[in-house]
Amino acid sequence: MTPVMTLDALAIGTAGRVERVRGNRAVAQRLQEMGLTTGVVVKIVRVAPLGDPLEVEVRGYRLSLRKEEAAVVEVSAP
Amino acid sequence: MSRTVSEIPSLRRLALVGNPNCGKTTLFNALTGLRQKVGNYPGVTVEKKEGRFTVGDVEVVVIDLPGVYSLSARSLDERITRDVVLGRQAGTDPPEAILAIADASNLERNLYLVTQVMELGRPVWLALNMMDLAAAKGLTFDLERLSQALGIPVIPIVASKGVGLEALRRKLAEPLPPVPTRRWRLPQVIESEVAALAERLRAGSWSDSAAAEGEAIRLLLGDVAEDDALPPAELQSAVNAARGRLEALGIEWWTAEAEGRYSWIHAVCRSAVVQPELFQQTASDRIDAVVTHRLWGPLLFAGLMLLVFQSIFTWAQAPMDAISWLMGRLALATRGVLSPGEFTDLIVDGVLAGVGAVVTFLPQILILTFFIALLEDTGYMARAAFIMDRLMRRVGLSGKSFIPLLSSFACAIPGITATRTIENAKDRLVTILIAPLMSCSARLPVYALMIGAFFPADRRLWGVFSLAGVMLFAMYGLGIAAAVAVAWLFKKTLIRGASPPLILELPPYRLPSPRTLLLTMLSAAWQFLYRAGTVILAIAVVLWFLATYPRDVALSRDYAAERAAVAEAVQRGQTPEAEASAYLQALENLEKAERREKSYIGRAGKLIEPLIAPLGFNWKIGVGIISAFAAREVFVGTLAIIYGVGEDEDAAGSRALSAALQADRYPDGRSVFSPLVAVSIMVFFVLAMQCMSTLAVTRRETNSWGWPAVMFVYMTLLAYTGSLIVYQTGRWLGLGG
Repeated sequence: MTPVMTLDALAIGTAGRVERVRGNRAVAQRLQEMGLTTGVVVKIVRVAPLGDPLEVEVRGYRLSLRKEEAAVVEVSAP
Repeated sequence: MSRTVSEIPSLRRLALVGNPNCGKTTLFNALTGLRQKVGNYPGVTVEKKEGRFTVGDVEVVVIDLPGVYSLSARSLDERITRDVVLGRQAGTDPPEAILAIADASNLERNLYLVTQVMELGRPVWLALNMMDLAAAKGLTFDLERLSQALGIPVIPIVASKGVGLEALRRKLAEPLPPVPTRRWRLPQVIESEVAALAERLRAGSWSDSAAAEGEAIRLLLGDVAEDDALPPAELQSAVNAARGRLEALGIEWWTAEAEGRYSWIHAVCRSAVVQPELFQQTASDRIDAVVTHRLWGPLLFAGLMLLVFQSIFTWAQAPMDAISWLMGRLALATRGVLSPGEFTDLIVDGVLAGVGAVVTFLPQILILTFFIALLEDTGYMARAAFIMDRLMRRVGLSGKSFIPLLSSFACAIPGITATRTIENAKDRLVTILIAPLMSCSARLPVYALMIGAFFPADRRLWGVFSLAGVMLFAMYGLGIAAAVAVAWLFKKTLIRGASPPLILELPPYRLPSPRTLLLTMLSAAWQFLYRAGTVILAIAVVLWFLATYPRDVALSRDYAAERAAVAEAVQRGQTPEAEASAYLQALENLEKAERREKSYIGRAGKLIEPLIAPLGFNWKIGVGIISAFAAREVFVGTLAIIYGVGEDEDAAGSRALSAALQADRYPDGRSVFSPLVAVSIMVFFVLAMQCMSTLAVTRRETNSWGWPAVMFVYMTLLAYTGSLIVYQTGRWLGLGG
């Protein structure tokens, strides 16, 4: 079992497996509806030119979210 | 419930539901063509679109619903979709069945909404769109197995190319498929709570029997938006008690729905879809490597914005001139056909001049709409929001507010309409309120006149920049700065709220569809012309009356007698004809000016003179500003009339107007105008709310008279204060005036 990391801490080009989505219920539900549920593999594709938000790939499509929201997604090594 | 539907067997009502970016609008347009009807749901600003098509003797009505990711009712669009399908939305009959559409190349995420739709107690078909893109991505489908696993009919299509549409149409006219049943499962404890709640819903007949389970899941596990209607207190307490029991067991109930649905969806897709390796480098990636690159991204973005602006101001020039010319011809022709008199004056000087001045802006609106639709259709817009989010966040907004603000540089009306894509209601409101601070194209004639007259183009600043160019840039900059400050202020006071999260899909780049572009432009043109033909027409007529009456005023000289004297002198050969006609023209302009001064609008100008004197404005500028409250561009024409230099705004005309402005003196000999006064006027125009159409569209989009009132009051106060500070500070610094 690898130590718990959050999605915003992953390096560009690396992937992680979602363990848990914490944070306020509304944001957590929206993130989960968009496909970030337990066990799914997420890859960090790139960062916006000004350093935020992130672009990730999940379930075969591209999603943009801020680092602030990515920080509530706990991931492990895929 | 669906009374009107079941009594006429040949009519069938369907709701079209799908995610954003899945080709829903393309399918709707392809199915129904031009047989569409657009309206608004009463009480909300979401567009109500219905279209029809016929198969044999079956007439199918399709209700197009907003693209949503879920039915959790967290945004206005989601709420509408849920309520229309459940027959709870006033002003529309409930649909008998649902046509769900999903992007085959992004199936798992798209199926999330489909599973929710399947629990609404209605028959469902699934149109699997973009089969071509899915194939290009290496996906292969076992459609038979997919249909069996989901429990609903599945029809493959490529809506943009018309592939599979005939089969889909035929299928939709066949007898209805059975209402699907829920096949995914929640953890057992939650299942029993859902069953208990569903039983309660059925017993209290709060919900259709078939839809009760879905409703129970939404109530129990969904996080309801603050402004959604709460269920009755009795239900609410049952829901709270059930949640309490789950929490006591250590269950995070709010994660259960998405976890349950997605694990089932994942299993279904694994059995029916062969997927290639997980993360692939796509064509979109290669484009994005440049478009969202640290250096090239912002540069390309700035370049695109420049191109859009440039084209609005340059490409539009020729067609705008042509429309102006046409309007002039039309005025001449009208004078030729109608006999001289007040009615003809009303038509030519009121209707044609007023509406004509506004219709001139049609090419700019079309060019802007074209670019916006193009950027939207290709998928670039989402990237613009992605790039700009960090900056917009500083004032409490998100990247999604950027696009509407950009559109507002041409005209605030399409800009305000474009705010519909912003999910967060508070964000949307703030964006609407600051959109008119972006310098729109109607302000340009005012800036051009003032800068042309008082800031010569050959004067240089630090030897490089032309003073005129710097002034123009400063006015655009002032509008942006004011918008930023006002947005920040609103978010701190009236419309408080944390910066909402940005959770935004970045769809793959796609070739734009000419059909969609054309339909968007047509609809924009129609809306604009419709406004010109109604609101603006009425204002033009009223203005003309106010500027023309009363007619029987005491004039300072007897113009008719002087004209007769000149005519006589020409006849006797004492005055050359050319000289006489110039003199007659000057005489006519003088009379016009004097009549304008003594008209109702002139009196109003005199009345407000004490109020505007601290801004450096005299009554003539006051009249210009009053008439500009109908539409900003009216200012130039009004000054031209008051200064008696003719109404034409061609190059020679505006030079004559510049000269007249420079020569105007107060009775004590001081100049009325100075560079300082010119700046004061421009600052007023940057900040003031002088556009009836913007107020009208704000009323429509916010569905209240309160917000347009707030907009009008805050902008006018801002304009007055701004001009006051500029003029008084300028005087104090000894800058003249």
